[in-house]
Amino acid sequence: MTSVVNDDLKNGSESELTEDQKRLLKYYSASQWTLIWWRFRRHRTAMIAASLLIVMALFGIFAEFVAPYGPTSRNTKYLDGAPQIPQFCDQNGCSMRPFIHGVSTKRDPVTLRAISVPDTNKRVYIEMCLEGEKTELLGFIPIKTHLFGLQDPKAKLHIWGTDDLGRDMFSRTIYATRTSLSIGVMGVFISFVLALIIGGTAGYFGGRTDMVIQRVTEVIRVVPIIPLYMGLAAAMPKEWSTTQIYFAMTLILGLFGWPTLARRIRSQLLSIRNEDYVVAARLAGAKPSRIIGQHMLPSFTSFIIVDLVISFPYMILSETALSFVGLGLRPPTVSWGVLLQQAQSIRVIEQTPWLFIPAVFVVVAVLAFTVIGDGLRDAADPYAEAK
Amino acid sequence: MLRFTLERLVGMVVTMALVSVMVFLIMELPPGDYADRYAFRKYSGTGVNVTEADIQAIRVDLGLDKPLVFRYFDWIGGIVLHGDFGQAFAFETSVLKVIGDKIWLTLGILFSTLIVTYMVSIPIGIYAAVRRASVADYGLTVFSYLGLALPNFLLALILLYFANKWFGADIGGLFSADYKDAPWSFAKAWDLFKHLWLPAFVLAWSAVAYQLQTVRATMSDEINKLAVTAARARGVPETKLLIKYPARLAINPVVSTIGFDVNRIFSELPIVAVVLGLTELGELLLRAYLDLDMYVAGAILLLLTFMIVFMNFISDLLLAWLDPRIKLGASS
Repeated sequence: MTSVVNDDLKNGSESELTEDQKRLLKYYSASQWTLIWWRFRRHRTAMIAASLLIVMALFGIFAEFVAPYGPTSRNTKYLDGAPQIPQFCDQNGCSMRPFIHGVSTKRDPVTLRAISVPDTNKRVYIEMCLEGEKTELLGFIPIKTHLFGLQDPKAKLHIWGTDDLGRDMFSRTIYATRTSLSIGVMGVFISFVLALIIGGTAGYFGGRTDMVIQRVTEVIRVVPIIPLYMGLAAAMPKEWSTTQIYFAMTLILGLFGWPTLARRIRSQLLSIRNEDYVVAARLAGAKPSRIIGQHMLPSFTSFIIVDLVISFPYMILSETALSFVGLGLRPPTVSWGVLLQQAQSIRVIEQTPWLFIPAVFVVVAVLAFTVIGDGLRDAADPYAEAK
Repeated sequence: MLRFTLERLVGMVVTMALVSVMVFLIMELPPGDYADRYAFRKYSGTGVNVTEADIQAIRVDLGLDKPLVFRYFDWIGGIVLHGDFGQAFAFETSVLKVIGDKIWLTLGILFSTLIVTYMVSIPIGIYAAVRRASVADYGLTVFSYLGLALPNFLLALILLYFANKWFGADIGGLFSADYKDAPWSFAKAWDLFKHLWLPAFVLAWSAVAYQLQTVRATMSDEINKLAVTAARARGVPETKLLIKYPARLAINPVVSTIGFDVNRIFSELPIVAVVLGLTELGELLLRAYLDLDMYVAGAILLLLTFMIVFMNFISDLLLAWLDPRIKLGASS
C-alpha cells in the first residue's frame, strides 16, 4: 500500500485524478475509524469470525422465531431422541423438499421400555416460515410464525435431538445462546464502567490514591477467580427467582472482571497526564471527569475496545463453568453451562452425544471473540500499514 | 538481595492480610449464620424441636454474637496463632482435619501441572520461533487458539469419553479403587503418580497455550538482537548460541508469570475436579460451597491464595536472580 501511495503522489500532480488517486484521496481523508474498518475488513479470519458471531447473536435475539419450540416444551413421545437430520433421499426415492422420517413408539424387547424408532416409510416434510407454537418475540411481540418446522402439526422436528425430558435441544441451545451472550455483554459492560472509574481515578490522580488502588487491584488479581465467583454465587439465597439469579450473576461477573482493563486505562492515563493539552484543560478549570472523558480517553479508545472484546471469552467461560457445576444459573433458565450440566458424565455422552452440542457453541463463541480481538488489535495499530 | 527479599516479604504479608479480609466477607455473605446451619443440619429430621433460644446458645458458645470486626480477628487470630481454621459442620470436626492431606494432593497436582506446562511450552515455543512458518509454528498458532477456546472441563470430558471408547478404561480419579482408602505407602504413591498425568495434562492445557505464545514472541524478538548476530559472526555453533543468548531471555517472561499460571490452575481445578473425579482441595471447595460450609470454603480459598502469593514471591526472587536489572530497578 505504502509504495503505491508514494508513486501516485509523484506522478499525479499535473494530470487529472486517476482511479488510484481517487482512492488515495479517500485514504488520506478517511477518519481513524474508517481506516480501522478498512484494515479489519482485510483480515479474513476475523471477518469470518465476526459474521459467525453476528449470526449467533441474531439467533439469540430472535430465539422465539428461530427456535421451533419453547425451551421447556416437551415431546413426551421422543425422550432422549437422536437428532433427526433432514434428508432428500431414502429407499423410496428422492424428493425436492427436505423431509424427516416419522417416529413410532415400540417396546424394547429386553427392557420392555418404550423406545422411539424412526418409521422409514413415513415422510414428514420440513417447511420454512410456518405457523407453530404461540410465543412472544423479545418477550412482548406475539408471533406464531417460526423459521422452520414440520408440515404436519402433530409431528415434531428435533434436528439436534432431545434430552431426557423430551425437550428440543436445538431450541434450548438457541435460547441458551441468548442467555449466555447477554450475560457476557452485561458482565463486560459492568466491568467496563468499574474499570473506567477505578482505573481512571488511579491514573489521573496518581500518587497515593494510585498506590492504594493498585494494592486493592492486586488483591483481586491474586485470588483464583473461579473459586471467588463460586463463593459469591454460593451466597445467592436458594429462594431467589431465576431473574434475580440472572442479574446477580451478571453483577458477580462484572464486579471482579475489571482489574485487567483498569490497569490498561491507568497506565495509559499515567503516560499522558502531563501532556500539554491535558495540562491546558486542567488550567482552564475543567473537572477531572471531563478531562478524562473528553480529552484523554479518545486517544486510546481503540485499545479499550480491543480489551473489551478480548474480555468476553472470560465472562462466557466463567458463566459456563459456574453453571456447569451448579453454582451459576439454575434451570429452568437455559444457558450453555446449564445445558452442559446434563452432559457431565461419560455415560451420558456415550448414549446421547447430542447433549454435548452446546459445547460447540461455547468453543465457537470464544474462538470468534478471540480472533476478532486479534484482528481488531492489528487494525487499530496505526503503524500496521507501515510494516 | 536481602533488601529486595524483605521488601517482597512485606508486600506478601500486606496482600495476604487484605485477601483474608475479602475471604472473611465472602464467608459472611450467605444468608443465616453458622449457628443456623449447624442447628438445621444437626437436628433436622431427628424430631427434636429447636427453638430460637437454642440457636442463640450455640451462637454465644461459638462467639458468633460478637460484631463483625471481632469475629474477623477471632477467625484470623485462630489461623495465625494456632493454625485453627474453625469448625467444619458438615463433617463435625475441625477444618484442619477435613483439609488434612488434601493439601499435599493439591500441591502434587499443582507441581505436576507446572512441570508439564514448562516442559511443553518452553522447548516448543523456542523451536517455533527459530523455525518461523514451519509446521510447528502453524500448529502452535492453531493450538494456542484452541487452548484458549476449549475450556479444560470440556477437554477433560472429551478425553474421558475417548479413553472409555478406545481402551474401555475409566481413567478419572486420583487413585485406583484398591488404594483409595489405603494408608500411605510406596505402592499408593506410585498409583497416584500413574493417575496424575491426566489432570496435569488437562490443567496444563490453557496454561501451555498461553505460555507458548509468550515464549515464541519473546524468542522472536531476541533472535534478531545484535548480540545474536555478533555471536553468529564469531562462529559460535547455532545450538549453543540459541541457548546462550535468546533462549535464556525468553524464559524471563515465563518465570515472571509463574504466579499467574498457579492462579489459572487453581481457578480451573474445582471444575475439572468434578469431571475427573479428583479428591483434592478444589473438589472439597466446591462441595463446601454447595453445602454452605463456609469455614471450610474460607480456609481453602485462603490456602489456595496463599500458595499463589507465595509462588509470586518465589517467581520474583527467581526473576531477580535471572535478570539483575529487575533487582536494581526495585531498590532504586
